Amino acid sequence: MLALVSKAQRWFENACLGAGYTLDLFVRAMGQVAQIGRKRRETIQQLNLCTFGSMPVVFITALFTGMIVSLQTGQVLRDFGQESTLGYIVTIGMCREMGPVFTCLSLAGLVGSTYAAEIGTMKVSEEVDALEVMSINPVYYLVMPRLIALSLAAVALTVYANVIGIAGGALVARSNFDVDFEVFVKNGRDALKMKDVYGGLLKTFIFGTTIAVVACAQGLRAEGGPAGVGRATLKSVVISFMLILVFDYLLTWMIW
Amino acid sequence: MTPSRGVFTPQTRSPQGNVIVSPVEQIDDAQPVAHPAPVSYKSMVAAPAIELCDLTKSLSGRTVLDGVSLSIQKGETMSVIGGSGAGKSVTLKHIVGLMKPDRGCVKVDGVDVTNTNHGSLEAARRKIGFCFQGSALLNSLTVFENIALPLREHEKLDEAEIRRRVDEKLALVGLGKDGHKMTSEISGGMKKRVGLARAIIRNPEIILYDEPTAGLDPVMGTAINDLILDMQKKLSVTSVLVTHDMSSAFRVSNRIAMLVKGRILKLGTPAEFRASDDPMVKQFIYGESEGPLTRPA
Repeated sequence: MLALVSKAQRWFENACLGAGYTLDLFVRAMGQVAQIGRKRRETIQQLNLCTFGSMPVVFITALFTGMIVSLQTGQVLRDFGQESTLGYIVTIGMCREMGPVFTCLSLAGLVGSTYAAEIGTMKVSEEVDALEVMSINPVYYLVMPRLIALSLAAVALTVYANVIGIAGGALVARSNFDVDFEVFVKNGRDALKMKDVYGGLLKTFIFGTTIAVVACAQGLRAEGGPAGVGRATLKSVVISFMLILVFDYLLTWMIW
Repeated sequence: MTPSRGVFTPQTRSPQGNVIVSPVEQIDDAQPVAHPAPVSYKSMVAAPAIELCDLTKSLSGRTVLDGVSLSIQKGETMSVIGGSGAGKSVTLKHIVGLMKPDRGCVKVDGVDVTNTNHGSLEAARRKIGFCFQGSALLNSLTVFENIALPLREHEKLDEAEIRRRVDEKLALVGLGKDGHKMTSEISGGMKKRVGLARAIIRNPEIILYDEPTAGLDPVMGTAINDLILDMQKKLSVTSVLVTHDMSSAFRVSNRIAMLVKGRILKLGTPAEFRASDDPMVKQFIYGESEGPLTRPA
């Protein structure tokens, strides 16, 4: 029993240390944002990598999310003869929730894990130490460009995911429930308010920032060779997933 | 334990009993004739380039450094030897401020890097070039970009000047035609040389080498030793080597410090080490498996 308590205490201490380090890293990275001009080449490289590298996965995720939402809700709505409102539900659902959350969960798996593995490998092979010895701040050199790139890429990819998801939903509405594209789109346009679009994009910007900071923090805290890098990558994905869902609830509560 | 033949004067001891050596009057170092001898540092100025005072550090509950005090003079080449886990690399990491000691201080050119603001630490680091054991080259950059990195980040130079300086250092380490290669395309020995070129690109006053010949074949190891001697001659730098390669330590050093269990067991010239009767020193330099170093405590 005592061993269990001691284990829990150690886990809690480590969790607090990790959270403190991540928050501190976020503050330090924000302090470096003014230097973005000097790192524009790396930032653009990272932006390309995040955006174009994730597009196929985001396409599949968004398309099928829109289709599933349309199929599931359409079956229920048919019982009430309300299939024509599918455009309303799918559009609002994609812009407020599905688009931002599923895009960022994909990014956490794709880009967050890459960042954690990349920086973790640099940490265990002393490349991060080498930067420090050369008086190059690793937060400025490694974290800040990735943070900005992923935050912006998340927003761009969410817009893309929303469009694809709504198109998927419209396709299913047309083929399964005989809802015309015009009706679907009109209902969607009528229902959608600017707050839904901006709220969703604000959420995705915050999720993107969270994924980048968590991934970079896990990478910078990696130790113990390849196994340590593996652990850092896994932790980065798990923590990002959890934080995205927790922040999603809090932001939804605050925005709407 | 005590350096013989009155080479070091005056000599004091720290509270832990470790030897603190200050200005050197003369080094009587009998080098094998086949090798070029390290540059003499007979007329060095009194102020040490690096000073470790009572340096103590524990990692994961184990004392890695236990009151290490050592003074390294300007222009000197000092090798720190000792078995795995003796605290050699930890000592180097303290000198560049990558680790903070639990107790004691590290002074680089008179500036305490353990108890100072960020600006002073950066100023101290500006004087130091560090060659990492695994080279620590950035994999995403070419050889040229790796060497140019400190210049691009810290100095306002045009591209032509950067190219000139990098080419000069590449030629110095014998890699004049390899600047365009990715670091994954070059051998371990070449990586060590690129690491050295990067370390000296801003003309540091001090070069720290962490296991410079580890993992290299004997020929490449000798080439690296020659490079270290070259740096000493051409750039007149202070060098600190962490190594357990005795041939390398004997060949390039003015003095050697042997670390055992986080303490300096012996400090002296290569000749004094060769002549030492200390069983631990003898076991280490002759690489014997049986002896006091391997006996359970």
